[in-house]
Amino acid sequence: MAEALLTLAGVNTHIGHYHILQGVDLAVPRGELTMLLGRNGAGKTTTLRTIMGLWRASAGEIRFESVDLAKRDTPAIADLGIAYVPESMGIFAGLTVQENLTLAARKGPLDAARLEWIFRFFPALKKFWFLPAGLLSGGQKQMLSISRAIVEPRKLVLVDEPTKGLAPSIINNLIEAFSELKKTDTTILMVEQNFHAARSLGDSVVVMDSGRIVHSGRMADLAADEALQTRLLGLSLEVHQ
Amino acid sequence: MSAPAAQSDALPQSRIDFVPVLLVVAIALGAFALIGSPSTWVTLTVAGLAMGLLIFIMASGLTLVFGLMDVMNFAHGLFIAIGAYVAVSVMKVFSAAAGADSLAANLGAIAPALLAAIVAAGLLGLFFERVIIRPVYGQHLKQILITTGGMIVAEQLIHVLWGADQLTLLRPPTLRGSFLIGDIALEKFRLASVVIGLATFVGLVLLLNRTKIGLLIRAGVENKEMVEAMGYRIRRLFVAVFVVGAALAGLGGALWGMYQESVTVLIGAQMMVLIFIVIIIGGLGSVGGCFVGALLVGLVANYVGYLSPKIALGSNILLMVVILLWRPQGLYPMSKQ
Repeated sequence: MAEALLTLAGVNTHIGHYHILQGVDLAVPRGELTMLLGRNGAGKTTTLRTIMGLWRASAGEIRFESVDLAKRDTPAIADLGIAYVPESMGIFAGLTVQENLTLAARKGPLDAARLEWIFRFFPALKKFWFLPAGLLSGGQKQMLSISRAIVEPRKLVLVDEPTKGLAPSIINNLIEAFSELKKTDTTILMVEQNFHAARSLGDSVVVMDSGRIVHSGRMADLAADEALQTRLLGLSLEVHQ
Repeated sequence: MSAPAAQSDALPQSRIDFVPVLLVVAIALGAFALIGSPSTWVTLTVAGLAMGLLIFIMASGLTLVFGLMDVMNFAHGLFIAIGAYVAVSVMKVFSAAAGADSLAANLGAIAPALLAAIVAAGLLGLFFERVIIRPVYGQHLKQILITTGGMIVAEQLIHVLWGADQLTLLRPPTLRGSFLIGDIALEKFRLASVVIGLATFVGLVLLLNRTKIGLLIRAGVENKEMVEAMGYRIRRLFVAVFVVGAALAGLGGALWGMYQESVTVLIGAQMMVLIFIVIIIGGLGSVGGCFVGALLVGLVANYVGYLSPKIALGSNILLMVVILLWRPQGLYPMSKQ
């Protein structure tokens, strides 16, 4: 396994009176796509949001390369080359596709070659370039949300349930896009409920339950072990897809 | 970066909602039918546009502060009052130029007065954001209480500095009187107000649509968290928008003082009712909505004031009720996440 780009050690997160993350220990290998699986309410989204600084860790260490993220605010975390695709997609509905991507390009003007690379997977974005993002379909909004995260090279991309509510053809499109992104050595930590997508994309896998990590390993091993799936996730992933 | 390739004919196009603009035109045409006299109608229309655009100048900053920062600043009227009082003081300093019968000399008095109003209100806005607003971000009830309290304290400070009496803010000679076109009288100051109001609107539209800062403001109104997750420090943007909003209120206050030719400490508080109506009608956070809402309020106030003075006071409340029944989120609602 590659060295860890991101490590979480004993991370606790409280939201109001609720103790959501209860000592999360997690390592995300550099250049790999790590799948974060678990039942609803296990703490997957909270983990991503805590890494991004959108919720503050009440205890523990979040180390990205040599930097402790727990001491930084969200913009400073993004400045390190970490992008976030939230479950809600977080697109700016009143801004056009072009404006959404322009804002995401922090280093300067949009790079034409990078855009063409993105348009290969998501041609709809080129077609609807000047359309307000609020008028896009659900799948197109997800494409835009992902494109914003990768419009510039990033070291780490956090993606929360990208296939949620999307048609199978669009899911295949997203799988293809993430497969291509993996070839660029971008490290990805993805929360996913769709097993087809999880199995197709995941190199390593981490399973959460009740705010803790209950399993870490290779995705291929979990995919091949139905008993382990049932024990960790409560049901077979084949059935769960 | 070049734009992507040409698009097909079947593309869905962004549609601009012109219905609220048509409502402004419909109200103006309806008033024409009721008033009957073209010259009276033109005079009232120009007066309504001038009033509306002055309200727009004062309200545009507040709608962005509401939309972007989610801050209920009931002390916005303070910036209006400070702008008006500072303009009075500066006009006194340049009284000779202000009283001269020369456009250049008059502009030599008005320009520093307006500039000083903008700077003073902007600086006060910076102080206000840091000391009063910042500790209560995200706490609406405390915002209402502390900004209302801050307004009361500041009004007393204005009494200390400028006295409790009503002050006069006479327009320079070249801005008094009217242009007469046939039997149509167009008041010079109102025309100047229309020009300044339109320039402010165009400037804001260009800022919001043609610059990256403008994109950030629009994005921040929709989803602050995502803007931060993209690496932008929205707090700095908050401060900048607050200061610009305060500065615009100061400019509006100075112009409104000249419009009325008198200034009292309540000048801001009195305007706040109309300003709240305008930003609610327009849709919180929408500068375009604020513009159309201000025009509606200005025109309705003048038309109803002429046609039926007894209901003039309540006409704008009635306007707000009707518009909210039609569009509960305002004329141009902003999508918020």
